[in-house]
Amino acid sequence: MPHPPIPGPIEAAARATPAPLARKVRGLSDRAIAWIFVAPTIFLLLAINIFPLIWTVRLSFTNYAANRPNREVEWVGLRNYTRILTDEGTWATMQTTAHFLIWTIVLQVVIGFTLAWLINRKFKGNDLLTTLIVLPMMLSPAVVGNFWTFLYQPQIGLVNYMVELLTGTPASSFSMLGPGGLAPWSIIIVDTWMWTPFVMLICLAGLRSIPDYIYEAAEVDRASKWRQFWTITVPMVLPFLMLAVLFRGIENFKMFDMVNLLTGGGPGNETLLTSIDLKREAFEKWRTGYSSAYAIILFVTVFGLASIYVKALNKVKER
Amino acid sequence: MSAYSVTEPSRASKWVAGALVALYTLVTLLPLVWIISTSFKSGPDSISYPPKVIFEPALEGYVNLFTTRTRIAADDFAALPPPETWYDQIVRDQGMVIAGQSRFGERFMNSVIIGFGSTFLSIFLGTLAAYAFSRFKVPLKDDLLFFILSTRMMPPIAVAIPIYLMYRELGLSDTHLGMILLYTAVNISLAVWLLKGFIDEIPREYEEAALIDGYTRFQAFRKVVLPQAATGIASTAIFCLIFAWNEYAFAVLLTSGNAQTAPPFIPTIIGVGGQDWPAVAAGATLFLLPVMIFTILLRKHLLRGITFGAVRK
Repeated sequence: MPHPPIPGPIEAAARATPAPLARKVRGLSDRAIAWIFVAPTIFLLLAINIFPLIWTVRLSFTNYAANRPNREVEWVGLRNYTRILTDEGTWATMQTTAHFLIWTIVLQVVIGFTLAWLINRKFKGNDLLTTLIVLPMMLSPAVVGNFWTFLYQPQIGLVNYMVELLTGTPASSFSMLGPGGLAPWSIIIVDTWMWTPFVMLICLAGLRSIPDYIYEAAEVDRASKWRQFWTITVPMVLPFLMLAVLFRGIENFKMFDMVNLLTGGGPGNETLLTSIDLKREAFEKWRTGYSSAYAIILFVTVFGLASIYVKALNKVKER
Repeated sequence: MSAYSVTEPSRASKWVAGALVALYTLVTLLPLVWIISTSFKSGPDSISYPPKVIFEPALEGYVNLFTTRTRIAADDFAALPPPETWYDQIVRDQGMVIAGQSRFGERFMNSVIIGFGSTFLSIFLGTLAAYAFSRFKVPLKDDLLFFILSTRMMPPIAVAIPIYLMYRELGLSDTHLGMILLYTAVNISLAVWLLKGFIDEIPREYEEAALIDGYTRFQAFRKVVLPQAATGIASTAIFCLIFAWNEYAFAVLLTSGNAQTAPPFIPTIIGVGGQDWPAVAAGATLFLLPVMIFTILLRKHLLRGITFGAVRK
């Protein structure tokens, strides 16, 4: 067996040792260890991520229903796909998701960046406040989302009370989760409350990565603070910010837990995000084949959008 | 170094920034303060309008969280012997008697078992894989790493359909083992990426020195690399634990009784005529408090972990 050259005396000792014993002493080869170390992870991911994905693809061409396992399964070709893509409900759901996605990202970027920029003034106690601000994103979205329904109660809730206190609008005249068009905004508020800290932390990392000497040089050149902000701060934080947007985008496209407990898609279909629609199709109507096709369409959409975005991100980084 | 730096913000701007951030902190913490304070309110206090900021603390929420109660006929109620314990008394004051234990304790324990079980497994497997990716030439390394990460892009509901079917076949539905394996599979991608970063930072020379001293690869890994990576492993473990602790989508779809965790259970706590908000708040407080304390105590490591992916390169 060829092996990497070892310094003289050890090599001589290794040669002098009988083969089986040598293997015992020197242990397994690096190659074998690499395989032993990586294999369980790959196996687990294959079993619990990839195999199910392939199964979903297979199911998406059938009319299988999980609650009726004994019914004969028929191949329906692309019927599920054409149905989903020509269904007006799907497009309405996509629009609802886009509305949620765009507004949460805009609000979180604006508030998160502002907070990071303020925290970067390095005032006393900034790390304590940062920790406290981060708390909401560490908590269970389901448990917190459920509690927000209490805060949003029209008669007794804290939110309506605060609005009455600050603007004079009677608390019982509007309902954040009921009909009247406010529900889509309610979920945006809760998501922004939870996840702004994430964008803030990433922006903060970006701001802290800018070396002082760049600002010092700008100062020597008599660039105004305003100009420094737009020509140094913003461009240098942009790659970080774009990465934060990517993470939030993917997460919110998959959004399920918080919204499911807050509105469950209602009132009517006003907050019916794709994941909630998918759950209704799959686990309430038990249209397993149809919802498998739906899942594949969603996965391809996220994957496609994310890859295009990453390309754009890399271009920004290269600049 | 000069005493005056052009990049140091002025005192006034620091003061304004501090005030604005403090204001945001107050607003953002309000819902959390409200959860905790509601858990100590009596039923009527919790739904009074305007909302009560000052109230007489009560343990009704916590007692209701851990018990099930029934109403009995007025005559029977009057004929009962005086309550034996303080919690009996609290239930009697609501005009009811204790019928038994609620399932909250069980659900909480499920969260603990599944959370710690999957964290242990993700860290165990993740550390091995991360070490191999960091130190050895693994064929198709970059593709494998990307594949590991891309598994996080799938919506949980999309994966839940076949997993539901697969677990039904294998008898893993609604079992602790099934949930532990599932959460491990979800967590391991993050664990491998984070841990690879931490192990990359440990100089290879340490192990090479150990190998020359006659250690086997495995011994070098165990006695040299693991102690060096301990901090990184610990902060990765906290991330995995928090994810498993908070997870809801898989839990609500794949468990119903035996292995149900607390997040799908807490929203189902109902009292007479709607949700029993002090009990829900009590459950939420007990469930959220450990994470809040963890976050505050371990802030340095956690904050580093969150921005990790963004900061590296």
